Amino acid sequence: MGADVVIAAAGLGKRYQLGETPATDSFREALAATFSRSAITRAARALTRFGRRSDNGDDANTLWSLRDVSFDVVSGATLGIIGRNGAGKSTLLKILSRITPPTTGRARIVGRVGSLLEVGTGFHPDLTGRENIYLNGALLGMRRREIAQKFDEIVAFAEIARFLDTQVKHYSSGMYMRLAFSVAAHLEPDILVVDEVLAVGDVDFQRKCIGKMGRVADEGRTVLFVSHNMAAVRSLCRTAMVLDAGRIVRQGDPGTCIAYYVAQGFDEDASTWTRPSNARDSALAFMRVDSHVTGHQPSLALELDVVLEPRGRHKPAFIAVDILDGSGVGLMQALPRVDGFIRDDAGSQRTRIVIDLPPLIPGAYFVTLWAGSYFTETLDVAERVIRFEVHESPTPGRSMQHSAEQGHIVPPSTVTWEAIS
Amino acid sequence: MAVPASNVEETPADHVTDGRDARERPRPVLVIEPPKSRISLGLRELWEYRELSYFLAWRDIKVRYKQTALGASWAILQPVFAMVVFSLFFGKLGRIPSDGLPYPLWSFAALVPWTFFSQALMQSANSLVMNQGLLRKVYFPRLAIPIGTVLSAAVDLALAFVVLLGLMAFYHVGLTARSLWVIPFAGLAFVAALGTGLWLAAASVRYRDVRYVVPILVQFWLFATPIAYPATLLPERWRAVYALNPMTGVVEGFRWALLDANTRPGPMIVASTTAAFLILIGGVLYFRRTERTFADIV
Repeated sequence: MGADVVIAAAGLGKRYQLGETPATDSFREALAATFSRSAITRAARALTRFGRRSDNGDDANTLWSLRDVSFDVVSGATLGIIGRNGAGKSTLLKILSRITPPTTGRARIVGRVGSLLEVGTGFHPDLTGRENIYLNGALLGMRRREIAQKFDEIVAFAEIARFLDTQVKHYSSGMYMRLAFSVAAHLEPDILVVDEVLAVGDVDFQRKCIGKMGRVADEGRTVLFVSHNMAAVRSLCRTAMVLDAGRIVRQGDPGTCIAYYVAQGFDEDASTWTRPSNARDSALAFMRVDSHVTGHQPSLALELDVVLEPRGRHKPAFIAVDILDGSGVGLMQALPRVDGFIRDDAGSQRTRIVIDLPPLIPGAYFVTLWAGSYFTETLDVAERVIRFEVHESPTPGRSMQHSAEQGHIVPPSTVTWEAIS
Repeated sequence: MAVPASNVEETPADHVTDGRDARERPRPVLVIEPPKSRISLGLRELWEYRELSYFLAWRDIKVRYKQTALGASWAILQPVFAMVVFSLFFGKLGRIPSDGLPYPLWSFAALVPWTFFSQALMQSANSLVMNQGLLRKVYFPRLAIPIGTVLSAAVDLALAFVVLLGLMAFYHVGLTARSLWVIPFAGLAFVAALGTGLWLAAASVRYRDVRYVVPILVQFWLFATPIAYPATLLPERWRAVYALNPMTGVVEGFRWALLDANTRPGPMIVASTTAAFLILIGGVLYFRRTERTFADIV
């Protein structure tokens, strides 16, 4: 192990139990055991068993969210971790942040780890910005003195000086996030672990965060960064890895990894998508998407059947559908409604969206679905979950192949001419 | 390196002087491994994070009485109301003896630590489930949560204690040097509440049944403690067994220290203190053993 290696992970794996944990059964078991003769030890065992009941190998009810992941990170590195939803990125970060222990393997970490796995966790809506800075700092392992020293810097970075004594429940989601990021970034950890915090938030703030993380790295500290935002990964990270189904499938230069990620795994049927069982929890969740392309050029339509499930309370929400080109660059966004038509009291619902596609050149396209209550308040994103292909040219009679260099859309056009006398 | 999961050790200084780290403080080395059966109490790390418990307690206090018309008066009204009810039904109607003291004062001296205990118990049993967002997203010693909860209940105890002092003045019961004994007795109540709370909090992560068990437990416990009736109702030889309930020692101790009640708490205090510390140590071990899976199953 070189002196410079700050994270050495070897064979990390995490297995999850699928389905409902049979809590009531085992509680009843535990009680029954207590009252049966000479079974107090068994009851104690049942009480302390805690999900370790199937330690003896794989069965249909377990899922390896992470499997045999080994890598080294040197001090001062900026490592981007990319992969689709459910690929194991968040599990990896949770293991490295000690929130959950691995099932197999080990990791050796040199230095203090500061992680920001979700924006504003630990913020209490009824407390003011000032109070939350102290609370959050303490949660992240800072001493009161340390927070007091950094206080002005944190406030300045978050740009919330005017609202310092306002309860954070009155903050906009942008302010909320700026403050959360600011506290975590000023913790001065040796290793900063950041998961997808830029998914919401405006471009200026994203740029600012990336700048801050870059400076953290320049100071010789290490940044681990998970994002679906390829532009952010490209601009921040000097190395990257791609996770798929819990394993590392590519590692090295970010450009290569991004290209691989964008192209990966879509050979199979991608006209339907089902939520992976280990996807992150959200108040409103995309459960299933079915898609069809109907019609003929130049009037193709993309039909989406989207099943949404409310899993908690949320404000009325609406859906946006992004269409991206084969390399993951956004081309357009369809927004069938901008008022919140999905309510949390309606139960699961099937939503049908029909998008009239503009005349697209032949090729592969990706679809990303987004649901949120406001433009800046994301509830769930299903990133690049659908892929569709356009085979026909939108221009009848064209024999020359289309090239993306001239753009993806061939706008309908007319021409008339007359002789000038 | 046979370090159990989640243990932090300092590196020897020569190990980290590779010049890349500008700061002098030694960087901790952390080894993350699958859970082992050996567990440590993790007290050192808890000490590192001691301010977190204060902050969590402070948050609970700030938030607890938000949007209530009477605010912090609730901390006082709860034991006062119980005292009125007890005095009417047990004191007046039931004519239950009260060690020769005015029944309201005598029962209130017990209700003050009892209210703390029952509130601390109920709140700490729920504390992990209430803070599940934190458990899933932030690392910190999990013990800080129930400790913070019990600390916040202790603030209510202090408020109610002021009322008790007022009531003592009303009945012309003065303070003596012996009164200082309430401090260790309050400490004993803290140990008992935290110990029991840890068991319940850790179990409730897996078994939400705990939520329904706790009110029943508290009610039963109230009558298993000499609050409405004196411990002297029991035959002498049973009292040491009875005092295995840590709150018996606390309540009898409060009355003895403040009111000079006709109780001789010696052996009872020994039994209660022993029981309280055993509950606490068992609670910490159970909590530490189960806490690794909190994030996965909460």
